[in-house]
Amino acid sequence: MIGRIQSRSRRMVSLLLGLSLVSVLAGCGADPDTPPGLSLHTEPGVDPETWVAIPAASFGYGQHEHMISLDEFLIMATEVTNAQYLQYLQDALDHGRIRLEDGTVLGHYAGDEFHGGRHEERIDPGFYLHLPLEDPASRIHYDGKGFTITSGYEHHPVTMVSWFGAQAYCQAIGGRLPTEEEWEYAARGTDSRPYPHGTEIAHANANYYHSGDPFETEGGWSDTSPVGFYNGSRYGEFQTVDSPSFFGLYDMAGNAGEWTGNIYLEEHYRYIRGGSKAQYESDSRVWYRNSATPTYVSPHVGFRCVQSAQ
Amino acid sequence: METPRSRYLFTSTRGLILLATGLIGLVVAIWGTLSGPMVDWGVRDLTVQYLGMDLDPAERDGRLVLLYHTIAYAVIAICVYMVTDAFRMTTAERRRINATVTAGYITAMVGGLGFGYFGHNWFMHGLYLLGMALLVWAAIILAIALWPFRKEYYVTDSERAHFRCGADQERFAFFMLTVFSLGSAVLGAVAGMYFGNGFEAFLGEDIVRYPHKTLLQEAIIGHLHIMLALIGMGASLIIGRWLNQRGWSHKLGMPLMVLGIIITSLGAWSVTVTPYAHYVIYVGSTLGMLSALLLVIYGFTHLPREQLATRGMTKPSRGQWWSALLHDPLKFGPLWQMIFFNFTVSGVGIFMAVKLDEIFRVWPHREERIVLVGHWHTLAALIGTILLMRFADMAGVKGRLRQWFGWILIIASDVAFGAVLIYEMKRLIVTEYLEQQLVNRTMLLIDMGLGLTEILFGGFLLWRLIDLFRRRGHWSREIAQECGGEEEGTR
Repeated sequence: MIGRIQSRSRRMVSLLLGLSLVSVLAGCGADPDTPPGLSLHTEPGVDPETWVAIPAASFGYGQHEHMISLDEFLIMATEVTNAQYLQYLQDALDHGRIRLEDGTVLGHYAGDEFHGGRHEERIDPGFYLHLPLEDPASRIHYDGKGFTITSGYEHHPVTMVSWFGAQAYCQAIGGRLPTEEEWEYAARGTDSRPYPHGTEIAHANANYYHSGDPFETEGGWSDTSPVGFYNGSRYGEFQTVDSPSFFGLYDMAGNAGEWTGNIYLEEHYRYIRGGSKAQYESDSRVWYRNSATPTYVSPHVGFRCVQSAQ
Repeated sequence: METPRSRYLFTSTRGLILLATGLIGLVVAIWGTLSGPMVDWGVRDLTVQYLGMDLDPAERDGRLVLLYHTIAYAVIAICVYMVTDAFRMTTAERRRINATVTAGYITAMVGGLGFGYFGHNWFMHGLYLLGMALLVWAAIILAIALWPFRKEYYVTDSERAHFRCGADQERFAFFMLTVFSLGSAVLGAVAGMYFGNGFEAFLGEDIVRYPHKTLLQEAIIGHLHIMLALIGMGASLIIGRWLNQRGWSHKLGMPLMVLGIIITSLGAWSVTVTPYAHYVIYVGSTLGMLSALLLVIYGFTHLPREQLATRGMTKPSRGQWWSALLHDPLKFGPLWQMIFFNFTVSGVGIFMAVKLDEIFRVWPHREERIVLVGHWHTLAALIGTILLMRFADMAGVKGRLRQWFGWILIIASDVAFGAVLIYEMKRLIVTEYLEQQLVNRTMLLIDMGLGLTEILFGGFLLWRLIDLFRRRGHWSREIAQECGGEEEGTR
């Protein structure tokens, strides 16, 4: 009798454990809700066509501030927006610089030299993913005639762009991706600030995970915000603090992470700076690095470009 | 001025463990408010404001290093108290070791947290170094006291693993554990002196993708892996001692554990000189895990047998056998947690090593960091639950309270760390864009599991704190019991 009861108990426990696991996993994979701010706040806070001149100087690089010197360069004041990227895609498609295949944008890359480093992957010359068009996270789509943007995201940073897609855009406008050193210098300048805008970070400074901005859904999904959103304006109940970097750039902490251009010896990884809307604030410290394979695309990663001063 | 209570807290095994456990609880309670949901609820700001903490974002990595070291020192002290209590040695040796390790971890805790979180006070920095030096000295005198080849410590029970000369192999295992822990601590200390003095603190998970790490960076990686592995092996040995492991499982398990300690340590140290160190570590850790498996087999045989004997059952049904096995959650729990390790820690580690280039290095570094951080947090916390169960038994948790305490601790911690496993591996089943529901649910389970575990831990400490104010509380009986043992010279 006891044995039967215990056998039943075991079955019940197994059932409960199974149900618990199913309930954790059930519904996973659902699209996040539309954030409340999407239709209300659509304009950029800073003109995305703005470029900022960064003077030549020496500065303390990285967490431990090792001094390095950089030449003068120009850098975009904001991340590249969906509208800017769409314009490029249309032009590149018209001129045959990219091609569409299986719902993706592909472009040619000349390849990297392979050094046989530990864990290094070959990047041979060939066509690589620039942007998936049919992924639910993509904001740019192709309707058979031309590219379109999901309404409301025109002035949000373009995301779901691979490193190849980012560097192709910068090349197309006569620039390149910033090096990690240039990115960090543009963010922190010549002082020791840990965040682009200063020594502390709060909800009013940047779009990071659980920062309570209008682009966060009730379910906790954190979406991008229009570029330059944190310019001191009030958006309904949400008051921002004007949070430019040392040199006046915006969104260098949070919103979209940003691809940088360095190609390191014996590594195929490309580095991403600036935290993102999906990362905690500590990941927005100016020296914090993330890295990924160059074909990686993410709803949290975008980029901005630089040009040499001459 | 010595009072009975101060004598209990600073000289008796149970009192010393209670003090260390209480201090860990205090640190967890305060420092736990600086991260996780407490930040969203604004509790961190209150803690920082009221305690006058100085949280420079540039020094976050260094602070974290100091924080988990101070907690680890207290855990190591608890292990030392359990070892000095479990093995025969002179009263003078026991007192000297316990006093030194106590002074060491408390000094390091006060100095480390004071220096890291309350401004760079150099006096605090000095205290931290002094505390660590005392811990090293405590380990040296512990190793001397544990030397197994003294005739008076030879085993007389033929069912326990021993050398041909009669020396106790279990004592030898603890001796080797102490010696290799010392060496592994030095590995970290040498690198720490360099990085610490230059304030170039970094977290191991941040540098895993560097193709060329410096010798000292490799030393840090070797150090952090081996210290946790050795604490885990120590916990396994402590539980084996508690359950009075003997017979074939003991005779086979002890040599395996000794080899496991030696090979895993040498493997971790050799991270500094060879890229193939992890193969050596695999061999060592497999031996250690086999030894732990033998302990689990012994426990799963011995616990029901003991319980069934008290019930007078000679031919139990399967249900009765299970009931007997699960009768005492505080004894079943450590064995179960060792099995649970395999799903949440060892299995993940092996899967990660095998699929590193195919899966984990395709993910962004941030995802790999989450797995790494989840991995060793889970390992450390599960070891913590095992030691807590042992201490709860020593502290006299009995009857229905024992059942509730044990089962809630097992279930809550396993729910939390099972959810951590799903969270850290989520990229295998869901994309970044579609992850939110999974993240929310696993986070809820993690918070609930950890919350319940912490409430239980807090309740346990509160019970013992209230007990300290009673004239004839558990503490008075425990110290009387221990003093009785000490009068015999050795226990």
